[in-house]
Amino acid sequence: MSKDYTYAVARIRAKEMSLLGNAAMEQLLAARSCDEALRLLADRGWGNPDEELTADNMLAAETKKTWSLIGEMVKDMSVFDVFRITDDYHNLKAAVKLACTGAKVDASRVFVDGGTIDPEKMRQAAQQKDFSALPPEMARAGEEARNVLLHTGDGQLCDIILDRAGLTAMYQAGKKAENEVIREYAVLTVVAADIKIAVRCGQLGKPLDFVERALVPVEELDLAALARAALAGGDSVAEYLMNTDYAPAAAALKESFTAFERWCDNLIIEHIKPQKVNPFTAGPLAAYILARKNEIKCVRMVLSGKQSGLPDEIIRERLREMYV
Amino acid sequence: MDMSNLGLLLALLGAVSAALFAGIGSAYGVGLAGRAGAGAITENPELFSKVLILQLLPGTQGIYGLLVAFVTLVQTGLLGGGAQPMDTATGLMYFVSCLPIAVVGLISAIYQGQTSVAAINVVTKKPDQFGKAMLFPAMVETYAILALLISILAVFSL
Repeated sequence: MSKDYTYAVARIRAKEMSLLGNAAMEQLLAARSCDEALRLLADRGWGNPDEELTADNMLAAETKKTWSLIGEMVKDMSVFDVFRITDDYHNLKAAVKLACTGAKVDASRVFVDGGTIDPEKMRQAAQQKDFSALPPEMARAGEEARNVLLHTGDGQLCDIILDRAGLTAMYQAGKKAENEVIREYAVLTVVAADIKIAVRCGQLGKPLDFVERALVPVEELDLAALARAALAGGDSVAEYLMNTDYAPAAAALKESFTAFERWCDNLIIEHIKPQKVNPFTAGPLAAYILARKNEIKCVRMVLSGKQSGLPDEIIRERLREMYV
Repeated sequence: MDMSNLGLLLALLGAVSAALFAGIGSAYGVGLAGRAGAGAITENPELFSKVLILQLLPGTQGIYGLLVAFVTLVQTGLLGGGAQPMDTATGLMYFVSCLPIAVVGLISAIYQGQTSVAAINVVTKKPDQFGKAMLFPAMVETYAILALLISILAVFSL
């Protein structure tokens, strides 16, 4: 019965009704200020009424609500680990940096909700230099990142080690996933991450060994060719992509890096849309989690755009396709 | 081994099969639709009456199976205590007569349950589309009714 999602999918169908669509995003964009946008969202039930009405509080509360809902309906949450691994590695990065710098920061400001492991456990592991309480791959990466940060003081290298380990874990978990939506999401996310790494390294003029160290091994891309394209600069990465299964990404990449990021997110939304008519399997639940992630990302863009006083047109250009 | 009651045994086997397999199918279908119904009601309790109707649709096969079993038991005299020995060929004919509702009842109830779940998903999002959504699982019922008709006609003709 742990793989029977009939009850959960019916509940998710009702929950999908409250997802923000394109019209709701336009309404949010029309708000005169960030405070007005926050109030509009609060009227729709967003955030926690017991907390101060801020963008950070509201978005953190919505992430928590998503995972709490899924946790209520699904016995085996490991099915959705692919979506939570990046949060785990984000928390590990924060824990390692806190331990190495000795910074006294409120934990709620640096750790994110939604991971599979309690951030406090990671903080203790990093402080006590004993990562054995964490899963083996994570412990290895945490230990390596901690040593590198302590010996070199290079925060970027520490980030690369943990980002690469997190994406590798996500890719491997995705490949093992039974559900097609989860598999496709993991592969697409890691492939997109590799392309972004290659483009950024090319822009910053990083050496080949740095690029190779940062790229995550995937079957879908020829990493040696991608690294060479990254070093060649200009549109070389886009030209390399023309000869892969990700040829449509090349046009977006030639347009701008932001356009490429939007293309990746929109592609995921396009892939999950058929789940709206699937009454069984974990697919609709995975689609709902991704739709909520996308929704929260878009709301964050609108709120930060409003806070910075960006024109609505600029914010609109960055917004992603919505699931509903 | 005394084979004089083999005919009666085959007729009884047919009656039991009709009730058993159609009942299993209905239990599965109603259970599946019930789980989807519970999910829908958790978020919107106002949908209860609509969801209940959709949940009950796969329950009819069990009733059809019971009806065929009952008619078979009455026809053979097994119900009421007046059962007379029956030749094997007649018993086999009773058994075969019960098969349509036993087999079609089992399969159609499972499919109807799955279609009911899909219909409940529609009603959860669009309660005003209940009439249209109900038609889809109701279509599956057609084949259970046809099987019931054949089983009943066959049993009565013996």
